[in-house]
Amino acid sequence: MEPITAPIIDFTSLAPVLVLSVFAMMVLLVDLFIGRNKSVLVFISLVGLLCAAVSAFAKGTEIPVSSFNGAYIVDRLSIFFTMIFCMSSALAILLAVEYNKREGIRVGEYYSLILFCTVGMIVLASATDLIMIFLGIEIVSICLYVLAGIRRTDPKSNEAALKYFLLGAFATGFLLYGMTLLYGTTGSVKLATIAQLLNSGEVLAQPLMLLGVVLLVIGFGFKVAAVPFHMWAPDVYQGAPTPVTAFMAVGPKAAAFAAFYRLFAEGIPELAPTWQMTLSIVAVFSMFFGNLGAIMQTNIKRLLAFSSVSHVGYILIAVIAKDTLGSASLMFYMLSYAFMIFGIFGIIIILGRKGHENLELEHYSGLGFKHPLLALCMTMFMLSLGGMPPLAGFVAKFYIFQAALNEGFLWLVIIAVLNSAISFYYYLKVIVFMYMKEPIGEFKISLTPITLFVVAVGIIGTLELGIFPGPIIFLAQY
Amino acid sequence: MELLIFYPLAAFTVLLALGVVFNNSPIGSAVSLIAMMLGLSGIFIVLHAHFLAVLQIIIYAGAIMVLFMFVIMLLNLKGDDKAWKIRERNLYLSIMTGVMVLLALYKMIDKVLDTTFGEGADVPDTFGTTVAVGTSLFTEYVLPFEIASILLLAAMVGAVVLAKTKVD
Repeated sequence: MEPITAPIIDFTSLAPVLVLSVFAMMVLLVDLFIGRNKSVLVFISLVGLLCAAVSAFAKGTEIPVSSFNGAYIVDRLSIFFTMIFCMSSALAILLAVEYNKREGIRVGEYYSLILFCTVGMIVLASATDLIMIFLGIEIVSICLYVLAGIRRTDPKSNEAALKYFLLGAFATGFLLYGMTLLYGTTGSVKLATIAQLLNSGEVLAQPLMLLGVVLLVIGFGFKVAAVPFHMWAPDVYQGAPTPVTAFMAVGPKAAAFAAFYRLFAEGIPELAPTWQMTLSIVAVFSMFFGNLGAIMQTNIKRLLAFSSVSHVGYILIAVIAKDTLGSASLMFYMLSYAFMIFGIFGIIIILGRKGHENLELEHYSGLGFKHPLLALCMTMFMLSLGGMPPLAGFVAKFYIFQAALNEGFLWLVIIAVLNSAISFYYYLKVIVFMYMKEPIGEFKISLTPITLFVVAVGIIGTLELGIFPGPIIFLAQY
Repeated sequence: MELLIFYPLAAFTVLLALGVVFNNSPIGSAVSLIAMMLGLSGIFIVLHAHFLAVLQIIIYAGAIMVLFMFVIMLLNLKGDDKAWKIRERNLYLSIMTGVMVLLALYKMIDKVLDTTFGEGADVPDTFGTTVAVGTSLFTEYVLPFEIASILLLAAMVGAVVLAKTKVD
């Protein structure tokens, strides 16, 4: 029997994944030898994320490079998203430092799970192969299930983890079935081959393929929490520890969108008329139900969960627009969304103290008089989420709408603008509570330096992307 | 000829899968699950994937199901299902969901019946053998194969974190 010829392995393409996996395992090992103080782990994780971010450029200027028989690609989209992932994971770890100390979460694996999750996200953003996309989604989801339930003594945290796990496993089934049908009708798991086959019209059994696409929409719709697959979002956002909520609102969602975009816009663009219609319906529902749901909420984390559902609606428009402008606007949106979300959750963490998380909106009343600077930051983030110029949220939305208009989706843009107007109702509600209501008790907030630093990063990012979006747009588009 | 083997096997598998869901005792469910795995591996054999069929039996019907049985016996779940609180049934919601699922299924079957299937691809003699599976795992699919190890490691760490008794 002849031996197998060794495959060509492109280590430089894989650099960020390899670096981050090594650091994640290092965190696991070091955790064994240190005591209760986990600061070393935070340091190692941050260094790991920095190294991964740097190594994303290992390919230099020769991008896009496809390797592993077309299963993995390093291009503009994947590098930009890797940057977003590394930054958002670093911010999530920074948010967790003081929160974990305060709430008594002393699990060293916390940091390594965040790193593993980031590995999954990078894989997801660079995968051009159905198997790799599936593996990436699974790595990300499994880490998130555990992170959501990491506060084991808290029933809410347990509920979040269990709910997320059961529904997530169910949705994975849909995703996998969709992929199977796609594979069955084309005979290939590589997106490039599928696109080529579709282009030359050699696909038999088209109806089955369309069924597969619908199942894929369901699976991805669940992973990004789009209506009508969003029911898990409020409970999970509320029950998970706050830094984890911030983390899962940004990184994993961005990763799922990257894969979503790659699969639909690069794998099956020939079927666009079909899936654009389906996705438009999902997008419109997400915007409406997200906003209507958010109006009713009194808990700030649930409010943000519904608001994120409506933001998924806007981001889906970028996927629907699908040309270069679509991908660039997707990147820009996710980056500015990351700054806003981490800023807001930083403030939410600051407002809580041991045993009292102060998550109800009424706990925010009077904040404007006691801590004007914090309230001002919160106001900016809220207005930015709503899409008020000159903040990041406005430019991001504007850019997505432009991409959609280029592709002739005027009606979607009109609905999205109307929804932005609706969303101001509940964003302004938070501001009204902060500035126009009497405080209901004394503020005992925990002003801790690292969390404040995250809020500052968020504010700077929101302003920078809002006022000088030029350089980042150039990077996203070049 | 293959269809003659396939249909009974498929019916057997589906019946046992239903058995997993409708069985009242956990042990009964687990046993039906084992038998269903055997049926599945039979389907793999019909598809010429011999190696996969053997793996299916060794890993699922063997290792994983034995673990299942151990857990069930250790937890002693007998009759525990009465302790579950079931949310009150919402009749309208059930009917609506049922109708929607039926419509979706109808549409799916309608679409599938319309489909003209092409000629099946020729299966090479070596297809599904240990050598063929190993070769494709280590050449064409080497990256997914390695990335899967990260997935397993993360899952293992996660399981330990959630299950360990003492958190310092």
